[in-house]
Amino acid sequence: MSKRIEVDNLNVYYGDFLAVEGVDMTIEPRSVTALIGPSGCGKSTFIRTLNRMHEVVPGARVTGQVLMDGENLYAPGIDPVDVRRQVGMVFQRPNPFPTMSIKENVLAGIRLNNRKMSKNDADDIAEESLRGANLWKEVKDRLDKPGASLSGGQQQRLCIARAIAVKPEVLLMDEPCSALDPISTLAIEDLITELKNEYTIVIVTHNMQQASRVSDRTAFFNIAGSGLPGKLIEYDSTSVMFSNPSQKSTEDYVSGRFG
Amino acid sequence: MNKDQKQQDFRRSDRIFARLAKVAGSLILVALAAVALFLIFEGVPGMLADPDTTSIFRGKSFWEYAWPLVFGTMWAAFLALLFAVPVSLGIALFITHYAPRKIANGLGYVIDLLAAVPSVVFGLWGILVLAPAVQPFYAWLFDNLHWIPFFAGERVSGTGRTILTAALVLAVMILPIITAITREIFLQTPRLHEEAAVALGATRWEMIRMAVLPFGRSGIISAAMLGLGRALGETMAVAMVLSATGAVTINLLTSNNPSTIAANIALQFPEAYGMNVNVLIATGLILFIVTFLVNAAARWIVNRRAEFSGAN
Repeated sequence: MSKRIEVDNLNVYYGDFLAVEGVDMTIEPRSVTALIGPSGCGKSTFIRTLNRMHEVVPGARVTGQVLMDGENLYAPGIDPVDVRRQVGMVFQRPNPFPTMSIKENVLAGIRLNNRKMSKNDADDIAEESLRGANLWKEVKDRLDKPGASLSGGQQQRLCIARAIAVKPEVLLMDEPCSALDPISTLAIEDLITELKNEYTIVIVTHNMQQASRVSDRTAFFNIAGSGLPGKLIEYDSTSVMFSNPSQKSTEDYVSGRFG
Repeated sequence: MNKDQKQQDFRRSDRIFARLAKVAGSLILVALAAVALFLIFEGVPGMLADPDTTSIFRGKSFWEYAWPLVFGTMWAAFLALLFAVPVSLGIALFITHYAPRKIANGLGYVIDLLAAVPSVVFGLWGILVLAPAVQPFYAWLFDNLHWIPFFAGERVSGTGRTILTAALVLAVMILPIITAITREIFLQTPRLHEEAAVALGATRWEMIRMAVLPFGRSGIISAAMLGLGRALGETMAVAMVLSATGAVTINLLTSNNPSTIAANIALQFPEAYGMNVNVLIATGLILFIVTFLVNAAARWIVNRRAEFSGAN
């Protein structure tokens, strides 16, 4: 179910402004890759190019290639809607649909595929996805309550359940824990480690400990100054990145000496 | 001036403002009460008027007289809402989610202009332009879809001045307010919810169905009710366009049409005297109550699923 992602000389533009420049990167299936770097360095912009979510901003475009198991996401004739059905995404702030119940939230993506489901199938998928997101025990007695009635950490796990319910190839997480307390954060991190067995996961984080705890490989993005494009500075296994990086700026950043 | 004095001055201005706000708030209640009392004191005698001596009744009782008017009012307003709401939602969605910004701004401006057209102008337009224009279409509907009760009847109207035309004019009149409000609501849809839908692989229309419309649901209902309120009370355009006979019928295309309360008051009042005036005021009281009930129902619908609204 999981796929290898190859990024080949990717540039991201907002109109004429070059936001991210020249990214080359290979992401292995069934691994967790952390994207770290200071604010504004383009890591969130970059992660959004992996499911073409950057295109919701008018004027945003890319040059270069993103290959998923060899298939270019940006080839002509590829519908971004199809890309997003294969590549799930979890956002910075939990965003369950407020008008839907917990169960409807989980099934929202599946309903989009217009698949007619029997009630049994729907129940099974909801349970499986909620179990997959470690949320089943907490919500199994109130599946018809609104998603917004859950705590922040539970809402974020609900969003993860919603993302994995459609069985995507890749799961993108854009600072999934930045709005959560430490306990909820830990729950999400445990979940990421479990999900790694089935999915290719890419996570943006500002939390160095989190990157070192959950990821197999880490990519450090940086920006030379305001108005200049963000660049991928270094990309290596997480242990190397945190103990013996080859770039001075990486070392400064991961050790907290960044200035 | 020392510090204490200064503070006291602040307090005084605070108190004055609080009082002003309270007065402004009370004024609306006073105005409403004044209207309600007028309607009740002048209207109730009309309701109890003797059918034999009150000429406007033409031998019928008050309720026999009022019922076709109530029916016509609600029927015309309902039809207007039926036409206006889908079009308004379409325009609002186009402006907020489909159109390039330049076109969206221009279109929004045009819609607001539509709201500034006086209703008497809509009335003239209805008589002189719309009614003759739709008449051949009515004739075609009447000839070919006669088996549908709405298009049935004895003979198709030769002027096109039917309840359907009146409802179409009303629909154009309430379009701007419904569009303006729903546009604002749709613009407020949290970006997070829209992105949640898009990231799941929703097309733009699916995103609108998953995130925008559910979030705007209570706003859409409020907008529709404001439009309905205007349609219920609209006088001039209906009085001019509709050629009414006072029938209670759902036939849309014949010259046999119910009138509406507001239009009936406007048309009858110049020649009314004595108890007839009270009768007309009594129908006004009924309109007041109907409008009040419609608003209460809308409130109830909006609050019923507050738990699932976008507010939390």
